[in-house]
Amino acid sequence: MTQDSKQRIPVNESEPNSRQLTFEIFRFNPLDPGSEPHFDTFTLEETAGMTLFIALNLIREEQDPSLQFDFVCRAGICGSCAMLINGRPDLACRTLTQALPSTIRLAPLPVFELIGDLSVNTGKWMHGMSERLQTWVHTETEPDLDAMEAAMEPALAEQIYELERCIECGCCVAGCGTAVMREAFVGAVGLNKMARFRLDPRDERDDGAFYELIGHDDGIFGCMSLMGCQDVCPKALPLQTQLAFLRRKMAFAGI
Amino acid sequence: MSSIPSNSRWPARLDLLQSASGLALALFMWVHMFLVSSILISNDAMYAVAKLFEGYYVFGRSYPWLVSAAAAAILVLIMLHAALALRKFPQSTRQYQLFLGHKNRMHHPDTTLWWWQVVTGFLLFFLAPMHLFGMFSQPDQIGPYASSYRVYSTHWPLYLILLFAVELHGAIGLYRLAIKWLSFPTMPVPVMRKRLSLLKWGMSAFFIILGLCTLLAYYRLGSTLQDQPGERYHPVTQSQCPTNSEVLS
Ligand code: SF4
Ligand code: SF4
Ligand code: FES
Repeated sequence: MTQDSKQRIPVNESEPNSRQLTFEIFRFNPLDPGSEPHFDTFTLEETAGMTLFIALNLIREEQDPSLQFDFVCRAGICGSCAMLINGRPDLACRTLTQALPSTIRLAPLPVFELIGDLSVNTGKWMHGMSERLQTWVHTETEPDLDAMEAAMEPALAEQIYELERCIECGCCVAGCGTAVMREAFVGAVGLNKMARFRLDPRDERDDGAFYELIGHDDGIFGCMSLMGCQDVCPKALPLQTQLAFLRRKMAFAGI
Repeated sequence: MSSIPSNSRWPARLDLLQSASGLALALFMWVHMFLVSSILISNDAMYAVAKLFEGYYVFGRSYPWLVSAAAAAILVLIMLHAALALRKFPQSTRQYQLFLGHKNRMHHPDTTLWWWQVVTGFLLFFLAPMHLFGMFSQPDQIGPYASSYRVYSTHWPLYLILLFAVELHGAIGLYRLAIKWLSFPTMPVPVMRKRLSLLKWGMSAFFIILGLCTLLAYYRLGSTLQDQPGERYHPVTQSQCPTNSEVLS
């Protein structure tokens, strides 16, 4: 359950005739007044097991050192490399070129503030969302740091962990028609966090308190069930299940 | 939970009302389709259905205003649903551009279907009242001959567009309701989605085909009546059942 269930095409090392790949990459530097948004084209020979991480680094090293994009972990853990790959949000480090047609169009995630080219400031958005939704454990009592922590049922811990796997990559936000249209919408990432804290017995907030945070049209009632989030989440989180669950709980709390 | 102030409760209530009014309308449309398609069984069957809704089998005589009342109630329900759904429509040129750009980039079926719901919903704002006003103002003009004559002589284009708009909007809406409210803990989400989606297309296809057959049946019957407008149907098997004109006179 806790494994990423998205299937990636296995690497075929002995591929004899390699493809010529054409990359169309969005370019714009908001800090440069002379810069106009446009797409640049680069070509590259495909190698076995090539990911977009490898391809973008090759382009930057060999063709255009000014190309901006983000990578940290190269392993689908940090969430910083999300971009639109042929129109769909996904992690560049976990996308094999083999799984794509020979023309690959890369653009930055919409909704988030553009830093330059493919690099966006998801951190700022996530921080704002976390503050709005107060995504941390709320307790009335001062926790005793020396005391033994209360044990949690393994099944419950497992359930919380399943939702905790979110890497805040922003794919679900960029893949959501509601979030793209309505700036203030908290997105599946925010709602998933609410579902996670609602499960957590250490969080003492009741449904009334959660309702205050997400019981409105920029929260759970803004979600139009377009399922873009569910279909693009690179960690394959069960977002539909969480959204439907929250909607029922919040509708019940609110009527 | 009593801590929630009453004015913040409205989003929950409106969301529930939007879903509930949509559910009621979608189910009504399916029942309506089955009733209207009774013409495929026989003229008498359709006549009996029309009489049923005029209360004939309950009161022993026909009250066409019952049909008017039902049409008015459905219109009110549509207005409620439309007002609630309007909140979800894109609200400015910019939002339209953003959504359409997103839809065209993503090639994502459920996102595209939402756009179709917006388009068919918009059409229904105008087309549904046209049909309903006819039912409201001339409730006695429902019957194998009267309806066929209407379909053949003037109304078939309206009904043809309505058929597609309603059966797409309704089935997509029911599919979305299921996704919105239900979780199936034992079934992986993609499997559940695939099954629901198949069901949704199946329902649309079934009702569109049934609707086309029905419309054709009325049209063909109407074409035989073209020189007898106002001709009333007299049931073959239920000669004891009075026609509307008899009741009204
Ligand atoms: S829910 Fe999925 S898509 Fe959204 S931020 Fe978390 S990992 Fe990324
Ligand atoms: S279900 Fe749709 S509207 Fe709701 S968060 Fe996911 S993508 Fe957005
Ligand atoms: S580089 Fe960390 S997720 Fe891709």
